[in-house]
Amino acid sequence: MDIIVCMKMVPDTSETEVRVDSTNKDILKVRLIYTTNEADNYALETALLLKEKLGGTVTLISVGPQKVDEVLRMGLAKGADRAIRLTDELFDKGDAWTTAKALAQAISQNKYDLVLSGCIASDDGYSQIGPTLAALLKIPSAAYVNKVEVLDNTKLRIDRELEGGILERKEISLPALLTIQTGTNTPRYASIIGIKRAGAKPLDVFDAAKLNLDAQALAGLTELDKMYMPKVESKAQFIQGSDDEISDKLATLVKEKAGL
Amino acid sequence: MISLLIEIREGQIKDITYEMLTLAHKLAAAQKQEITSIILSDNCQQYADTIKQYSHKIICVEDPLLANFNTQVYLPVLSNIINDTKPNLFLIASSGFGTDLAPYLAASLNLPLITDIFDLELNPDNMLARRSMYGGKINADIISKSLPAIATVRVGSFEKILASNLLIPNLSAEITKLPFLIDPSILEMSKFIEYGEVPTTGIDITKSDILIAVGRGIKEQKNLAAVEKFAQDIGGTLACTRPIIDAGWLPKDRQVGSSGKTVKPKLYIALGISGAFQHISGMKSSENIIAVNKDPEAPIFSVAHYGVVGDLLKILPLLANRINALKG
Ligand SMILES: Cc1cc2nc3c(=O)[nH]c(=O)nc-3n(C[C@H](O)[C@H](O)[C@H](O)COP(=O)(O)OP(=O)(O)OC[C@H]3O[C@@H](n4cnc5c(N)ncnc54)[C@H](O)[C@@H]3O)c2cc1C
Repeated sequence: MDIIVCMKMVPDTSETEVRVDSTNKDILKVRLIYTTNEADNYALETALLLKEKLGGTVTLISVGPQKVDEVLRMGLAKGADRAIRLTDELFDKGDAWTTAKALAQAISQNKYDLVLSGCIASDDGYSQIGPTLAALLKIPSAAYVNKVEVLDNTKLRIDRELEGGILERKEISLPALLTIQTGTNTPRYASIIGIKRAGAKPLDVFDAAKLNLDAQALAGLTELDKMYMPKVESKAQFIQGSDDEISDKLATLVKEKAGL
Repeated sequence: MISLLIEIREGQIKDITYEMLTLAHKLAAAQKQEITSIILSDNCQQYADTIKQYSHKIICVEDPLLANFNTQVYLPVLSNIINDTKPNLFLIASSGFGTDLAPYLAASLNLPLITDIFDLELNPDNMLARRSMYGGKINADIISKSLPAIATVRVGSFEKILASNLLIPNLSAEITKLPFLIDPSILEMSKFIEYGEVPTTGIDITKSDILIAVGRGIKEQKNLAAVEKFAQDIGGTLACTRPIIDAGWLPKDRQVGSSGKTVKPKLYIALGISGAFQHISGMKSSENIIAVNKDPEAPIFSVAHYGVVGDLLKILPLLANRINALKG
């Protein structure tokens, strides 16, 4: 089975302050650590497990600046066969639709049975690229997938996650696109040998012209107007002091509220 | 015209439908527009009867093939409806269904889509939608460059519409039944089989008055033992965020949030939890919420009643000692 995995590099902001920059259209990008989008790691692992079972190839694809090679090389080190980076100012100017168009154009030049992506990006949270890409490729798709079984060479049986712990089980014919939910498997670490080999694996770079895309084709359908800090209407009463003092006050509070 | 897709799962109209109707009324009243509700089902009448009082028009498409949600089956049906009726705005739930459908539908029709919005303004030639980014740490306003546009609406962003308090009262929608023109071979591409449930281990966190919930701030699996012990000491039950489940540190029935359980204990202690929307939506109605987080800007503090900015790995052992001392 030939599988394409869409990967995104995102800043890890779970434990850091996030501030809007002076353009009001982006966050301040200083001192941020960049990593692979969490859900994309599960998408890659899904691909690698299928390849181990069925043979075939895994191709990684990412839109972004040269820096995303770190994400792609790490994926190659884990066992993907080759990588494609799409880099052009025109890709940065648009929206999710623009990104999906660039991906669709590049992917359609390859042979594939399955396209995978993470179900959501931890930065913008759009959850939009996967099914958009599927529509552009004219293949069926399923979002928030957390289980993939291969029925035969033409069909998958999948579970999709719905609200409240309910799963939707369905069958989908290949070629198809799935967006993979976190927790679907246990993403592997790259081995030392894998990391050494990754450097020799092909990583091709395409710009808009090479993909036959121009500004008009890549124009977004939406526009970011502005970013701002949410108004936090915190009604929380903050308990302050040294760790000891905090623990004293907290213990009294917990005892009262827990009815001990 | 403002249109919305009624969300039905296992024979039930989901709450998000009534929340979207509140938004639709707000926009329609301001703009003097009409509201069209769209029902796709194997049996529309019961749903139409419920929704009638909130809409100017109802479009029903009825067929056994529409008994369960399926993007590939919905797609041609909704594309036809949108092409024929040209609504300014088409609302879909930001749910397991809507997230699967909306981007596919928007891309097929070449229409702008803004996902997971919690507020929206409709202008004569665009929509401006508000949504959050970076796990709730930033908000963004996004504009569709044209209309018609599609938006998916975040669950819990609007109150459910109330028949006794309607911005546009005295509605009784005229119901149009459209024929179903789907080629059943679509099911070869994508076919609903059944609903399933995540297996449980017998613990029901929704039944506990006291929940001690841990998030990624707990850092390592081995740190869970101390929290479990603390939970026992105060008669509580251990719960957690999704990443703890994803890592395999606790079984799925301990998860609080939109894809886990919704809980309302008397006391909810959140340890090292950032407070992502998907988590908060499952615990914000707890009577007392105490949050410990080293990041003073963590969104969890927006729903907490008591907050501690600090390192839980330092505070927890001190707290556990004192609780045991107080219990004497
Ligand atoms: C479709 C979908 C459904 C989802 N459903 C759910 C759901 O049901 N439930 C759920 O919880 N999530 C759900 N999520 C995931 C959700 O978006 C967040 O990723 C998740 O809630 C974050 O978990 P966390 O707070 O444990 O981790 P993080 O966001 O990484 O936060 C960790 C926090 O710990 C703090 N911290 C770190 N070290 C310390 C320390 N030593 N002391 C004190 N604080 C510390 C940090 O400041 C940070 O705020 C869902 C996501 C999607 C896309």
